[in-house]
Amino acid sequence: MDFLRPTTWEEALAAKADRPDAVPIQGGTDVMVELNFDVRRPAALLDLGRVAELRAWGMEGGACRVGAGVPYTTIIEELGGTLPGLAQASRTVGSPQIRNRGSVGGNLGAASPAGDCHPPLLAADAVIEVESRERGVRMIPATEFYLGVKRSALEPDELIRAAHVRPATGPQYFSKVGTRNAMVIAVCSFAIVLRPEERRVGTGLGSAAPTPRRAHEAEDLLARELDWEAPLDPALLRRFGELCAAAAAPIDDVRGSAAYRVHAIGVMARRTLAWAWNDHLGRRAA
Amino acid sequence: MRVAFTVNGREESADNVWEGESLLYVLRERLGLPGSKNACEQGECGSCTVYLDDVPVCSCLVAAGQAEGRQVRTVEGLAEGDRLDPVQEAFAECGAVQCGFCTPGLIVQAHDLIARVGRPSDAEIREALAGNLCRCTGYEKILDAVRLAARRKAAT
Repeated sequence: MDFLRPTTWEEALAAKADRPDAVPIQGGTDVMVELNFDVRRPAALLDLGRVAELRAWGMEGGACRVGAGVPYTTIIEELGGTLPGLAQASRTVGSPQIRNRGSVGGNLGAASPAGDCHPPLLAADAVIEVESRERGVRMIPATEFYLGVKRSALEPDELIRAAHVRPATGPQYFSKVGTRNAMVIAVCSFAIVLRPEERRVGTGLGSAAPTPRRAHEAEDLLARELDWEAPLDPALLRRFGELCAAAAAPIDDVRGSAAYRVHAIGVMARRTLAWAWNDHLGRRAA
Repeated sequence: MRVAFTVNGREESADNVWEGESLLYVLRERLGLPGSKNACEQGECGSCTVYLDDVPVCSCLVAAGQAEGRQVRTVEGLAEGDRLDPVQEAFAECGAVQCGFCTPGLIVQAHDLIARVGRPSDAEIREALAGNLCRCTGYEKILDAVRLAARRKAAT
């Protein structure tokens, strides 16, 4: 096995172009588990920990550009106001030690259907910036990034550089079902993003299908029928929950049954919309 | 490959390190520092917690090569000479150590919490220690120890 240690982004792209079989490693919280348990023996590891720019975030073109290596702890401490949905999801990742190392880029690279970042990224219309030496930058909408269980649109010679997420303009929530409040891989999860200025609601489902996904029909329902000035209509709330549940296509596994996940998605959809709506009306009244 | 980094203030290096090897393995098996414990190897238990450049991490999830040139501080590096760190003293006094396997990780993690927060609330202690599993004592005495250590550190 080779251990590649680029110190700049250009060196990292060159290393990946020359060695497309190299597995990128950032915090190691997924990659090292596979190495420790001998489920993966890559020909090379590509350590991105020395590429300092990956751990920076900043505003760019109206969006918050979160470097692929920004650890969850930083998102929690510095981006709770700008990206509340992503920050909430980050708070539920693993333990403090894991959050000190794990990153959005790593979550995207692993592309597990249960990854905690995915629902808030989907719900907030995030765009993933990837790059290769040969073909340059590609901006991939999160909705087109996840292709299958642990499969993404990333090509073998590409690296994930950043996630671009528009700052919140309304309430955002993330909800996750698990057996305790820490060290839990999601049984299933749900994110909601309100865009009052667009009269639009974004959704994201986690661990409820082969890939993280949006509940498009549920979003369309609210776009058509939601009255943004009024209290939430209970019948509309119920139909929203039903359509979110209908968007799920989960499996039975050790963490939960498919039927339970479908039910839980509906419950979390209703709850998070109700929480967000309370904030929305409160904000308007204030 | 050869890996060189600073451990508990001393320059150390190890040869013939396999590229997929963890920092934990290098500490325990190559550098003779068995304080950090090897239990789950998947970041679930926190027994291998060490400081990497002053940030607590699971050393089983750090590739050894990622530690190259960096600062590592293990449970062996908390005491000053023969004088235990107040967190270590408090764990001993409060009976927060039973089989002892989880203790080094808990001590490093609690040490970081108190350094950052000073006098943490019970909720903050529970949150900070959420990734450190103990299968003996049931955590109450561990919480006692963290409270005592925080009190003593605040008083000094």
